[in-house]
Amino acid sequence: MGRADWRRPARWWPEIALVVALIVLPFGFDAWFRSPDLLTRILIWGIFGLGFDLLFGRTGLLSFGQAAFYGTGGFVTAYLLTSNTLDNVWLAMLIGILAATAFSVAVGFLALRRVGIYFAMITLAFGELSYFLENSPLSDFTGGENGLPGVPAPTIHIGSFTYAFTGSWPSYQLVAAFFFAGFVVARFVTLSPVGLVLTAIQQNPERTAALGHDVGAYKLAVFVFAAVFAGCGGVLLGIFQSYMPPDAFSLETSGQLVIQTVIGGAGTLIGPAVGAAVWLSLRDVLQQVPAIGDLWKFILGFVFVVLVTLLPSGIVGTIARLWARPRSAVAPAATAHRDAAARETLLAARPAAPKAAPSEFALEARDVRKAYGGIRAVDGVSLALPEGACHAVIGPNGAGKSTFLRLLKREETVDSGSILMHGADITAADVTAAYQYGLSKSYQINQLFPQLTVRQNLRIGALGRQRGRLRLDIFRSADGFPQVEAVVDALIEELDLTACADTVVSVLAYGEKRRLELGLALASQPSVLLLDEPLAGLSPAEREGVKDLIRNVGKGRTIILVEHDMDAVFELAQRITVLHEGRVLAEGTPKEISNDPSVRQAYLGGMAP
Amino acid sequence: MPTLAQFLSQAFNGIALGSLLALIASGLSIILGTLGVLNFAHGAMFMLGAYTAYVVLGHWDSFAVALALGALVLFAVGFATERGLIRFYYARPKEDQILVTFGLGIMLVEAVRYVFGGLSQRVPLPAWGQGIVNFGYFIYPLYRVEAIGLVGVLLLAFYVLLYRTRIGLVVRAGIEDPLMVELLGTHVRRAFLIVFCLGAMAAGVAGVIYAPLAAVIPNMGEPFLVECFVVVVIGGLGSFPGAVVGGIVVGEILSLTTLFNPAYAQAAIYAVMTLVLIVRPRGLFGTMGRA
Repeated sequence: MGRADWRRPARWWPEIALVVALIVLPFGFDAWFRSPDLLTRILIWGIFGLGFDLLFGRTGLLSFGQAAFYGTGGFVTAYLLTSNTLDNVWLAMLIGILAATAFSVAVGFLALRRVGIYFAMITLAFGELSYFLENSPLSDFTGGENGLPGVPAPTIHIGSFTYAFTGSWPSYQLVAAFFFAGFVVARFVTLSPVGLVLTAIQQNPERTAALGHDVGAYKLAVFVFAAVFAGCGGVLLGIFQSYMPPDAFSLETSGQLVIQTVIGGAGTLIGPAVGAAVWLSLRDVLQQVPAIGDLWKFILGFVFVVLVTLLPSGIVGTIARLWARPRSAVAPAATAHRDAAARETLLAARPAAPKAAPSEFALEARDVRKAYGGIRAVDGVSLALPEGACHAVIGPNGAGKSTFLRLLKREETVDSGSILMHGADITAADVTAAYQYGLSKSYQINQLFPQLTVRQNLRIGALGRQRGRLRLDIFRSADGFPQVEAVVDALIEELDLTACADTVVSVLAYGEKRRLELGLALASQPSVLLLDEPLAGLSPAEREGVKDLIRNVGKGRTIILVEHDMDAVFELAQRITVLHEGRVLAEGTPKEISNDPSVRQAYLGGMAP
Repeated sequence: MPTLAQFLSQAFNGIALGSLLALIASGLSIILGTLGVLNFAHGAMFMLGAYTAYVVLGHWDSFAVALALGALVLFAVGFATERGLIRFYYARPKEDQILVTFGLGIMLVEAVRYVFGGLSQRVPLPAWGQGIVNFGYFIYPLYRVEAIGLVGVLLLAFYVLLYRTRIGLVVRAGIEDPLMVELLGTHVRRAFLIVFCLGAMAAGVAGVIYAPLAAVIPNMGEPFLVECFVVVVIGGLGSFPGAVVGGIVVGEILSLTTLFNPAYAQAAIYAVMTLVLIVRPRGLFGTMGRA
């Protein structure tokens, strides 16, 4: 079982450290500030930030509208309690959080249609929309600009014993308990396969989708998850202050969250709380200083700009990096060694793929067409590959080979024609579904996850097939699938990447990256493999290695090979299709093709003997 | 039901607000289209223009000087920002660019708050702007009519610059494909600098024109920034005609919804934005494939 497994005690040290800090810190705050209130505020921002850190730090989705969910959670709970609709505070808190969650499903559905800049603008717009809705149309419920005063605190009844979370210390206890619980859950997420997929989405969303993970669904899941934390933070804010302020909905709230997360360190879970500590204490301390008191926010903005520019990993991220450096010389985790035969048996295994009708062909393209404007990139290509065939597609540059592969892998929609796998029509499937059918592809230009290790890269590929399009198994560790780990270990050896198995991909040599690119396509144990120029850019020695790899691991699989290296094509392929200007010029065995006059014409411009 | 006069008056209001939004958003949009940078400090730049008007009109009674200085100040701010900050961010993720301009916006707002205080300032109407115009069905303040004309002239100048000059050609080509422009031997980075300055100036000049109509306060740019985002989403990324049409559309929605129920005016523009996102995600005039 892996390092992130919850049964291992060492996995729990951050949680233990946090418990100690949550118990010890308030005494210090008590001595300095006469109450733990500042710490309570920091932790409320911290809870809000735990979700945002998963959304932005982990997945890379920069939302400027988190205030919408913070405010919704807080106001729904506050309204239910102050209007006497509900007496049970715990129930009202739960409903508040659920309301924020429900709202985020709708917003996420719309905002996640776009990425990057657009996503930031749209989330910001929805944040502002909620602010305006709170302010006027819904002011009968929300108190408009006045907010809702008199939010009661929850109580615990055990027999005759009653404990109310009112006042500084009890509020702190309540908030600290929520923060701890939130941290535990968020850490489970980061260590789970879901966390790995979210990181993969940040680094290369296209490849993540091509490796069988439903990127849109995972994004929506993390967006909603972040809103649960936001709603929770808003609910606690109202209870802690016994007042729900309208500016919980303001752009300023969303902005403060972003700034605190970046200052503290995105992707570190605890970063947003650290950033909140910086923000709130800077405000409280600097405001006491007469000359620069009014400049506290300017100074904060300046610090923020400097940090973004020079230390993008923030305070916690930078400390963690410095801490990890002296220890980076640790030996790579032992890779279970198998002899070559066992490896190949393991890798040759193929998960069952859905089969519609028994078909003699593993992959079939029927009169496939695709045009871009007036250019017919693929103009009526038909191809049928029996099980286990290795079929090469060659042709001059611009012949439509890569487009044809993209159509087969379902990365592009066809204009007309159909594509079948094992008799099942996959013409309407998307790239993720195609992978689930057992169709995978290695790319002409490496499509890797540069900030992850070789092992994690391969794991993402293998998990895609094992776990299906979407699974929210957040309490499972990412390396907790024995079948996946076995495949990953075998692949690392087969690819000759044992020495760098736990090295971050961005520092690998080109040849190693190229082998990993092929490995990603193999990680799903596909039944059909599309190889888009696997030898491109490799040295002659490396070419031999990759050719052996294709021969070994390709055994029993159906392969379509697009390649300019004709020696390799004639060595590996049993049949060859020649494309020219989007059409099939010739098809046949290597011998037939090399003697075909029209092929010579297309390739050599009629200069053939 | 509102009367015809009320309707026409509000529709005219929509043009006044919309043309102003169009001017600000066109600056935002060409920066976004050319540099690929979403300038979160754009609202603060609009605010700087308004404060320039406040300072200038406190000393000289010349609106022309205020306009010229507003353009000049924002040119300088744009120049310093692009050279000092933004150019280090071209190779970094979009998210980092957003963060750094967001931080810059806070610094600008807070610096102004420190110098001028947080209270709202009033900027007097220029002498030639006092009075009203009688349109028959309704009467309208003279300055607002003149402001529409002024913004119209500026938008026209912007159009001529973008579509009728060499630098405009480079800018428009840069929106399509900055790498290709660079490969064709045009120094696209210099065009980036010019575009950023132009965009900042558009916001600044809009701030000067708007200053006599509103309370001049440090965070006055924030609502405009958000509305400009809506304009850009509706009009389409990087599109100058998109920014103009989107600006007028948003202005009209805000004004006409106010006629029926002011509480829903803001909500209405987000509703339309949502609709555009669902029906036509690239916006009215946007091209596919970017962002």
